[in-house]
Amino acid sequence: MNGRLRTPLKNALGLGSAHQGSHHFVVQRLTAAALVLLGLWFVWTVLKLLHLDYEGAHALVAQPCNAVLLLAFVVAAFWHAQLGLQVVIEDYVHTRGSQLVLQVAVKFICFIGAAASVLAILKIALGR
Amino acid sequence: MPANARPLSPHLSIYRWQIQMVTSILHRATGIALAAGTILLVVALLALASGPQAYAQVAAFCGSWFGTLLLVGWTWSLAYHLLNGIRHLWQDLGYGYLPAQFVRNGWIVSIGSVLLAGLVWACVLAQRGGA
Repeated sequence: MNGRLRTPLKNALGLGSAHQGSHHFVVQRLTAAALVLLGLWFVWTVLKLLHLDYEGAHALVAQPCNAVLLLAFVVAAFWHAQLGLQVVIEDYVHTRGSQLVLQVAVKFICFIGAAASVLAILKIALGR
Repeated sequence: MPANARPLSPHLSIYRWQIQMVTSILHRATGIALAAGTILLVVALLALASGPQAYAQVAAFCGSWFGTLLLVGWTWSLAYHLLNGIRHLWQDLGYGYLPAQFVRNGWIVSIGSVLLAGLVWACVLAQRGGA
């Protein structure tokens, strides 16, 4: 069986039947590992934000270290969300049309969400 | 409807409930909930960027009973998805596949998520009381 039905080139490329190899799997785990650390930091930071007024909250997010970690958090979160939702849709939506519409919509929304967050964080960090 | 109505294997209804199913289903459910919840984070960041008035509106929403309900739900979802995600990463490394380990880790994750979410909200309430 092994190697009989596959060309040597296909084995060497290792991209499998979906032609994407393990890229999705690897990026999902990579963003997951990042989000373990960033998620804990995020909860910690939100707890610090709670008792601050607008000026205090603005100043806290504007601190370079916090701004950078928050940027990393939102980018990793939306990336991870897109990858996860993609699999859920692949598993449960079996109609071609709705699957296509949902997959594209999720990608668009995740990108817009990440872009809007990045813009907001940059404005907070660089403004004034 | 699917293009051709193929027979499907019996789904949830036929199986006895067990922790392995629950952890898997909850991981997806909390993942979807967190994806939706991230939209509130975007709104909060945009409000913080645009000025005190917008920020006050978001803060008022988060302080309302409905906003608090959502935040409690998202806190537990994050705690659960975080701990169960660590369990998944652990399994990706090749550990924890024996049934006894699987069941034990599933319960650790489930109970731990409630404790972790409770800890976060204890901090919130302590701050609110102190403020």
